[in-house]
Amino acid sequence: MDRRQFLKTTGLTVAASAAGSFAAPRIASAADPIRIGLMAPLSGVVAAGGREIVEGFNMYWEERGKKTAGRPVEVIVEDDAGNPDTALQKARRLVEQAKVDFLFGNLLANTGLAVASYVKDNGVPYFIPVIAADDLTQRNRIKNVIRVAGYTASQMPRPLADWALKQGYKRIATISQDYTFGHEQCAGFAQVFTEGGGQIVAQLWNPLNTADFSPYIGQLGNLKVDAVFAMELGADASRFMKQYADFGLKGQIPLLGAQNFTDQSVIRTLGEECDGVISSAHFAEGSDNPETQKFVKAYSAKYNKMPSLYGFSHYSGAMWVDQVIEKLKGDISNRDVFIDAVLKSELTNSPLGRPVRFDNYGNPIYDVYIRKVVKNKDGKYWNVPIQTYPAVSQFWTYNPEEYLKKPPFSRDNQGIKK
Amino acid sequence: MIDTMAAIRRSALGFVLVLVIFGVLPLIVSSYQMTIANEILIFALLAMSIDVLAGYAGRTSLGHGALFGISTYVVIYWTSVHGGSAWVGCALGIVAATLLAAVFAAFAVRVSGVYFLLLTLALGMIVWGVCLRWTSVTGGENGIRGIGRPEIIASPTAFYYATLAVVLLMTLLIWRFVRSPFGLTLRGIRDSESRMRSLGYGTAVHMFVAFTITGFFAGVAGALYALFNNFVSPSTVQLSQSVEGLLMAIIGGIGTLFGSFIGAAAIILLENFVSEYTARWQMVLGLMFIGTMIFAPEGILGALRWLTGRKR
Amino acid sequence: MASLNLVQILNGLTLAALLFIVASGFTLIFGLLRIVNLAHGALYLFGGYIGYSVTLGTGNFVLGLLASMLFVAFLGLVIDQGLLRFVRGFVLREVLLTLGVAFVLNDIALVIWGGDTFSVQVPAVLRGAVRFAGIFYPTYRLFVLGLGIVVFIALWVLLNRTRLGALIRAGVDDAEMVEAMGINIRRVFLATSMLGASLAGLGGTIGGAFLTLYPTADSEILVFSLAIVIIGGSGSLVGAAVGALLVGMLNTIGQVMFPELAYFVIFGPMAAILAFRPLGLFGRAS
Repeated sequence: MDRRQFLKTTGLTVAASAAGSFAAPRIASAADPIRIGLMAPLSGVVAAGGREIVEGFNMYWEERGKKTAGRPVEVIVEDDAGNPDTALQKARRLVEQAKVDFLFGNLLANTGLAVASYVKDNGVPYFIPVIAADDLTQRNRIKNVIRVAGYTASQMPRPLADWALKQGYKRIATISQDYTFGHEQCAGFAQVFTEGGGQIVAQLWNPLNTADFSPYIGQLGNLKVDAVFAMELGADASRFMKQYADFGLKGQIPLLGAQNFTDQSVIRTLGEECDGVISSAHFAEGSDNPETQKFVKAYSAKYNKMPSLYGFSHYSGAMWVDQVIEKLKGDISNRDVFIDAVLKSELTNSPLGRPVRFDNYGNPIYDVYIRKVVKNKDGKYWNVPIQTYPAVSQFWTYNPEEYLKKPPFSRDNQGIKK
Repeated sequence: MIDTMAAIRRSALGFVLVLVIFGVLPLIVSSYQMTIANEILIFALLAMSIDVLAGYAGRTSLGHGALFGISTYVVIYWTSVHGGSAWVGCALGIVAATLLAAVFAAFAVRVSGVYFLLLTLALGMIVWGVCLRWTSVTGGENGIRGIGRPEIIASPTAFYYATLAVVLLMTLLIWRFVRSPFGLTLRGIRDSESRMRSLGYGTAVHMFVAFTITGFFAGVAGALYALFNNFVSPSTVQLSQSVEGLLMAIIGGIGTLFGSFIGAAAIILLENFVSEYTARWQMVLGLMFIGTMIFAPEGILGALRWLTGRKR
Repeated sequence: MASLNLVQILNGLTLAALLFIVASGFTLIFGLLRIVNLAHGALYLFGGYIGYSVTLGTGNFVLGLLASMLFVAFLGLVIDQGLLRFVRGFVLREVLLTLGVAFVLNDIALVIWGGDTFSVQVPAVLRGAVRFAGIFYPTYRLFVLGLGIVVFIALWVLLNRTRLGALIRAGVDDAEMVEAMGINIRRVFLATSMLGASLAGLGGTIGGAFLTLYPTADSEILVFSLAIVIIGGSGSLVGAAVGALLVGMLNTIGQVMFPELAYFVIFGPMAAILAFRPLGLFGRAS
């Protein structure tokens, strides 16, 4: 893994003072390295996922010999600690001190939003395979913030809600982490579920990094619901699933989850408490698509574990951007040209196994799998597709212009049909 | 003002040094380094607000980070969510911090020593808890993003000099405050509360006023931070903010006022420097705390004074 | 939807039991040595990590418990003899020094175990749930409740029926007097320090099994311990128990009924007590 680059110490240096504006992109010569600033949470509730962001990203560049279009590639990694203030500071440092060509990464939506508001002012391209805050490609679209191999929060749970209706579930309660990503995932689910006649009986919200879910599980046990939709990430997901099983709810109430809930980074440390949980995502490590399996095998060989969403998305994101850089023959000095090229491009030969394009708002369109957690032949748990919803965009079946006229999802606006 | 000519000369020297060093900096360092210096100035002011209470009134607080951060929240909320003007927002932020300090003070006025430390810690935690869980107003974990600075201080260089001007002005006000008769009474209370009471001074009232005034200065720092950072989240009010501010005051030297600049510079520069080579900043910070407590509890300026034989 | 039922009450009680185990150590140190040991949370976390590793390596939970208690007691010794001895008598310096120790310990743990979340493995007999009174309740949490009671009894016996305990209680009341009677109060202090630390370590392994271990767990448990000891009164075992019950129940009820005020419900009472009755509910002036 590429460690941080060693930089010159900051002292009093005689330098031309920039005229109060942030660093403009350098005019690159053919052999100048491309410097990428990669931010990920290496500590905190999603540290496991954060590490995989770095692993997936580096795996791609190492496969390419750490160069592209004749230019060497330098990756500078910074820990955002899962905290928006820290993410902001690190982004500033990467752009203003380390002078990177573009930014990549972050995991938690609130960190991504903080960095996005920073790059809005200075135009640095920021690629976000995992930051899924809806409005970045909807109402508050920032041109230089691009979801390569990414998705919006509300995009994925909608097919799951549709599937749930088809199973005959009528009453569902949601439990989720109390921040943007959680609000939007639950809203996407609630929107489709209630439009199909279902009822959202209750919505519970827990702070990030909740150690003790017993108060919430106590409540869930009391409601008479057909299923529970859980939106938890990282350590919260493992703790919730464990405690859900400990309290005996696992056999009683079916558990549906967001894609991060049953992500490899979570279920590989769990036992039977994760068996049979249903989720929906564009990526399933148990899919028998040959491209996917090729990636899973290579990743497992290199890192001794199956890839999670975080590893996969940053591998694919790096691939997507790299394909564009190749097309531009390594010249990314004109930011507008670079960004436009990315938005018009198509990702091919990725672990997803089929080409992916952006919609008109800068968000990719995917086939979404309904996945189930089962044991594979090696006795390890993974997500296997049981049904596919083709070509799901961030707008589901709605008309984009009509959709954007409505207010954005929030904790209070959960898209529930009255 | 009651003071010796030598003391006044030393303070004037301090002012001039700060003015010259920080004034000249933008001309010789890069713009990124200038923003670091900007941050140092803001936190020096926070450290000074802690220093006034700890050094001159003898009360060590772990709640000033919350006072600082509440001002930041009010400014960002007023300009972003409410759409108001930044100037009004700053005024409101400062008022909020001062009022909150008054509330803290009402609780803390009869308490001292370790209990004072714990009480301000608890009060700060309440503020943090509210900012974290009252999602509808504070945005909870997401924080609130600012909308940028007013035109006249928009450029980093302009804002830097504006910060410098404000911080120097506040330093002057603090300096006059601690050298006023009120400030001397405070020092008397610090040295022997029972004696002051027997002399007829209302110690509780003095403490209350002093605490509230330091809240005002923390609020000014918080407002500057809002304009600087353009973002606020629960981390801005959390305990570590108070802890770092206290450490800056201690390292510079409690009761020296100008030590706050040294302390803030030491911590912030060290953090930036250390973070480039290793992720072990937390360990370095911890070792600094331990080392300072064992070897130099008087801080850098305090040790200098002791070495040169000067008393407070 | 929020209702207080048997499950929620048990949730509060079992959390209180864990908090008591940790806070009892804290109150002993605060009461006797008059040191607010801000590294107590870090000792909890470090102990938990040790317990986790030993349990994982040996497959034996009890060994993990013992290892964490012993190792953290040793840490307590090192901190007391190696660092605190240089600032004896300066209360604020002692407190801030322990804060520095907390940072260092937390970072060392981060280096050794990394940023992931770990769960201490419990023996099979404690896994699963018990059915009674129409509810399912995790066996392990009931075990924690029982252990909390056992620790309370053990400490009570220690304090009230042994010589060491008598010395500790006398020292809490009036350390100078004890010294004047020719007792080496330093050794009593040291024993108390190590006992308090080992309780934190025990808490870490026990808590690590159902609350999990992660880099910020130390500051969370520390603020809970602070609230408990302040509310209950420093140096008082009964105070720690009552404080733990209050904080554990308030925390659980708060999450259920007033999620927005969850922290206020704990720190409000703590602040009120500090302002108006600093000795806490059961503390005594020395």
